Amino acid sequence: MTPLLSVSNIQKTYGHRIGCTGVNFDLYPGEVMGIVGESGSGKSTLLNCLAGHLEPDQGEVLFDTRAEGLRDTMTMSEPERRMLARTDWAFVHQNARDGLRMGVSAGGNVGERLMAVGARHYGNIREQAIDWLGRVEITEDRVDDRPSDFSGGMQQRLQIARNLVTGPRLVFMDEPTGGLDVSVQARLLDLLRGLVREMGLSAIIVTHDLAVVRLLADRLMVMKSGHLVESGLTDQVLDDPQHTYTQLLVSSVLQV
Amino acid sequence: MSDYNFAYLDEQTKRMIRRAILKGVAIPGYQVPFASREMPMPYGWGTGGVQVTAACLTPDDTLKVIDQGADDTTNAVSIRKFFENTAQVDVTECTQEASVIQTRHRIPEEPLTEDQILVYQVPIPEPLRFLEPRETETRKMHALEEYGLMHVKLYEDIARHGHIATSYAYPVKVEDRYVMDPSPIPKFDNPRLESAAIQLFGAGREQRIYAVPPYTKVVSLDFEDHPFEQMKAEQDCDLCGAGHTYLDEVIVNDQGGRMFVCSDTNYCATRCDAGHRGRLSPEEDAA
Amino acid sequence: MIHIENVSKTFTLHNQGGSVIEVMQGATLSVAPGECVALTGNSGAGKSTLMRMIYGNYLAASGRIIIGDVDVAQAEPREILALRRETLGYVSQFLRVVPRVSTLDVVAEPLLSVGCDGEVARERARDLLSRLKIPETLWSLSPTTFSGGEQQRVNIAHGFAHTYPAILLDEPTASLDATNRSTVLSLIEEAKSRGAAIIGIFHDAQARDRVADREVDVSAFTPKRAA
Repeated sequence: MTPLLSVSNIQKTYGHRIGCTGVNFDLYPGEVMGIVGESGSGKSTLLNCLAGHLEPDQGEVLFDTRAEGLRDTMTMSEPERRMLARTDWAFVHQNARDGLRMGVSAGGNVGERLMAVGARHYGNIREQAIDWLGRVEITEDRVDDRPSDFSGGMQQRLQIARNLVTGPRLVFMDEPTGGLDVSVQARLLDLLRGLVREMGLSAIIVTHDLAVVRLLADRLMVMKSGHLVESGLTDQVLDDPQHTYTQLLVSSVLQV
Repeated sequence: MSDYNFAYLDEQTKRMIRRAILKGVAIPGYQVPFASREMPMPYGWGTGGVQVTAACLTPDDTLKVIDQGADDTTNAVSIRKFFENTAQVDVTECTQEASVIQTRHRIPEEPLTEDQILVYQVPIPEPLRFLEPRETETRKMHALEEYGLMHVKLYEDIARHGHIATSYAYPVKVEDRYVMDPSPIPKFDNPRLESAAIQLFGAGREQRIYAVPPYTKVVSLDFEDHPFEQMKAEQDCDLCGAGHTYLDEVIVNDQGGRMFVCSDTNYCATRCDAGHRGRLSPEEDAA
Repeated sequence: MIHIENVSKTFTLHNQGGSVIEVMQGATLSVAPGECVALTGNSGAGKSTLMRMIYGNYLAASGRIIIGDVDVAQAEPREILALRRETLGYVSQFLRVVPRVSTLDVVAEPLLSVGCDGEVARERARDLLSRLKIPETLWSLSPTTFSGGEQQRVNIAHGFAHTYPAILLDEPTASLDATNRSTVLSLIEEAKSRGAAIIGIFHDAQARDRVADREVDVSAFTPKRAA
């Protein structure tokens, strides 16, 4: 079976400081992988390297493209990489403002990716936008409202709709539930889980919230100071952690 | 006024601008950066157009300057006088007689010929600017032909107004490649961007020059189910009776009385001279 | 179907002075298709630990845990995920579900994830829920609000929805009344008769006697404490 994403030996340094180093893993179609670690552990750096937002100092990120099979996204041309980023890839930012056009209506935000790949029929674009807003539980009468009129949870759901409308195969998520209150988080997680299952998505989710990964992720990687310290099945890593740091992390979770 | 070099700018500056113009003509619709000079007029008054005109003029040229179609508005009169003083070229109000026409916000009604150059004054050359504020990003979008965002603007129009409400500075795609802002001309003029004349666009503050060479394909962006519409006032010109021109609405009294007249004053006057009459034309026998 | 050879388990508590606790060594047992083996032994003997290692939830320190053709002790996460999806069912004592998902969907989920048609899966779920006497009025609600006994039965329905060739049962009849207990035992017998290999922990001796073919005392695998 061909992995969807094959990462080898990724390293990114900021001067003398290590962003992340020696990261290797394969992600298979339909798998959801969580990356956990404290602030500054390098998980966001790693995610940005994988998604092509940052250029790593070394390493390979092979993606199974539809046309040509495994290609190194680091060495492919920028137009190709940007094309991937708006078709087969999606990136959900922690702060919805980074992932939305705040001055454009909800429908326009969702429609942008469709228009970016050549959709030129207003009626169809709008119909698809409304369908996707529905899937993320935003009612049709909000389609012409701007995201600035939305609550934080709605903005995040809108961002997800905007990302998934082109049927991507790989979704990068950076703290998708960060900054949301708990009830909104649960709703968003349930929604994400449903979409991941329904669309057969693969996803890489960076978070510091262990409850989030337990619910969403099949596999887990634990990062500490730029290094990958432990990885495995999510429930195994959380229930039977092997590394000092993971044990500390798991035992530090507040019980409700 | 021999204290000025011909057409105000020094020869090196004109060469620099001509190089930018040539590059613009070679790559239709592409915005060429140029080192815009301080001109003796404020930004927003046509400094870009004036520099392009200065670089194009020869002593044998005949210059026409229009602002919103009119030859007699402040901006048009000032620029015309500027070149009369600094270049001593002949000036005219007649479209057919001019070899160089500098314009703000209109294309003359009279079809232009291969012997003419039309110079546009451009305030904001970047059509993507209102949706994407980063210059680095818009440049990349042009380079990679990522123009989906342009349609987002039109989508927003339809979502809000039920139709594409953009009525001026309506974006076009030039020669199937670059998306271009045609300057704030009414979209009524868009079909005439496909012309026999050379069309040059100068943005002084933004330091960009771009061009549409003669007979270049220029397509107004639209949706399959909301095609581009030229848009035309219902009325005919009240002075010359023309039903096919772009009209200005003029308030004539405090009771809300108004009239519609051709925005192209030279075109209107020529028709009136030829005997055409509109609703409010002075009666023949009253004259 | 299930072969466990010489499995050991240690916990290293890095944050408590690095103490190493050996909890199991030399665990060996086999379960054939259609056979039910009951794990016995005192509380703390390691029944649940062994069960969790078989499911891949705990990492075995050494030894082999072969289910079908996968060695759980060595397998890649995705192999274990596939195994759990297709081959190995697990009924735990506690229900762990996503909030807001209806009971019917919770029970149908294992079938959906092996690509079963939605309507067929829900039909099977309805059938199991009515056999386990979950009132139909509750089916559209999330089981998170149910009583302990109801949650337990939803859990069992979830575990028996797909016809796994191997099943792990952790106290399946605890906190059930006589009727439901009998239903669960019938479900186990049906699974046996279609050839499932089952390992179970039953505190309820009557239940154990009814379904288990053999008993394995896990205390035998408990390391001798240093004196």
